[in-house]
Amino acid sequence: MNIKFIEHFGKFLIWMRLVFSKPEKMSMYWKETMRQMNDIGIGSLIIVMLISTFMGAVMAVQISYQLGGQLIPRYYVGYLVRDITIIELAPTITCLVLAGKVGSNMAAEIGGMRQKEHIDAMEIMGVNTSAFLVMPKIIAAVFVVPLLVSVAAIVSIMGAYIAAVPTGLFSGAEYIQGIRSYLETWNIFIMYVKAVVFGFILAAISCYQGYFVQGGSIELGKASTAAVVMSNIAILIADYLIAVLLTS
Amino acid sequence: MIRAEKIFKSFGEQEVLKDINLTFEAGKTNLIIGRSGAGKTVLLKILVGLYGPTSGIVWYDDVNFTSLDKKKVRDIRMSVGMLFQGTALFDSMTVEENIRFPMDMFTNKTHKEKLDRVNYCLERVNLTGVNQKYPSQLSGGMQKRAGIARAIVLQPTYLFCDEPNSGLDPKTSLVIDELIHDITQENNITTIINTHDMNSVMEIGDNIALLHDGYLAWEGNKEEVLTSNNEILQDFVFASPFLQKVRDLHS
Ligand SMILES: Nc1ncnc2c1ncn2[C@@H]1O[C@H](COP(=O)(O)OP(=O)(O)OP(=O)(O)O)[C@@H](O)[C@H]1O
Ligand SMILES: [Mg+2]
Repeated sequence: MNIKFIEHFGKFLIWMRLVFSKPEKMSMYWKETMRQMNDIGIGSLIIVMLISTFMGAVMAVQISYQLGGQLIPRYYVGYLVRDITIIELAPTITCLVLAGKVGSNMAAEIGGMRQKEHIDAMEIMGVNTSAFLVMPKIIAAVFVVPLLVSVAAIVSIMGAYIAAVPTGLFSGAEYIQGIRSYLETWNIFIMYVKAVVFGFILAAISCYQGYFVQGGSIELGKASTAAVVMSNIAILIADYLIAVLLTS
Repeated sequence: MIRAEKIFKSFGEQEVLKDINLTFEAGKTNLIIGRSGAGKTVLLKILVGLYGPTSGIVWYDDVNFTSLDKKKVRDIRMSVGMLFQGTALFDSMTVEENIRFPMDMFTNKTHKEKLDRVNYCLERVNLTGVNQKYPSQLSGGMQKRAGIARAIVLQPTYLFCDEPNSGLDPKTSLVIDELIHDITQENNITTIINTHDMNSVMEIGDNIALLHDGYLAWEGNKEEVLTSNNEILQDFVFASPFLQKVRDLHS
């Protein structure tokens, strides 16, 4: 298991050099990148907004519950919701979900092209398929995922308001005061670092799983699953490392 | 000219190709024939570099293709066209986009120039008016022809066709054979075709190599096919009882 992991990791690194080599034709890569941005961004907007709303709502309810009856001012709920969202939940939850949606899709798309000999056909034409099929996806993910994470953060903070204020857990004024207290821009920086890193991880790992798929439809299914599982694990490990590096 | 020198290929335990030595000349249609499973596709894929040989060398003119690095391989491949046995048309693109793709990727032609070239290639394979269709909306034979159009769009120096007329009716088969033969001569292309269609063999077989169980069983041209008394060749050519009867009556 460990040997195999190291083998994959080595292969992945060597492959990354191929992926980031000079494009044959800029305009083709540009077009492909735009298409991917559209797919990832617009395609995931609804689901990201949906989960963020509930993420914020649950936080508001549970933090109120935990702080209830203590001598902590109620506006603290707003402050906590905002920081937990920004530092951890918006980037991490969003990217875990995106790994499931976008990552499995990328693996299946590229894996299907491998199995139908489309990749071979492009190689015969002289196309560097590692670059042409993968670089636009990674670049698109690295740009679009942070945007989705920003949306997630905003919607989550609004979700908390929607869930708690009408039900009387705290007042609108208290919540607004909370989310305007003790704002550290450094935390927002951490959020974007995470978003960029996670975006890269989920696109690169998923494409890797698809690009090297062999066999038939069962293997394609497995590659698609592996793309999600591996991306998720890698995202959580990276989450920990970023936390250690940027908060100490 | 492409030359295969002492090519061996194994997949695990199975030896698929054994000591293949062949020269494929420019300006000629070089045919690789043999029964299903003889190793034709594997040989073709080794010649274009999709599989590495277990041992042996593939020469493109004077260049040792087998030991080239990826970048140089890609440079050579700009002058390679290939039709896959399963056509490998990109299914999310229309026929026109498929055929235009190599031009989009490697040339700076205007849209109009590309479109003219696409239409010219489609015309040559007898397939007009399907520009906006997707491969899945075409019949198998039409897909084959679209695949050929894509293979020749950049005027290749080396052309590989894996069973160009399997699945085509005899008439269209003939058209495709003649087309491949013509462009081969017009542009002095090194053309290598896998086939088990005896009509093609007799029609356009400038050079013919017979593979049998992974080794080279016979080499010659279309005139020699009928006169040779190589048993494996005879077996392959006169496979059906009908042809056997014709032969026996003839002799
Ligand atoms: N990728 C592969 N892995 C393992 N074995 C393979 C692979 N490709 C081909 N083979 C084996 O090599 C042998 C030759 O196959 P090949 O596809 O070259 O036959 P062919 O002559 O093209 O036949 P057909 O006329 O049916 O296309 C077969 O026994 C096949 O099982
Ligand atoms: Mg074959």
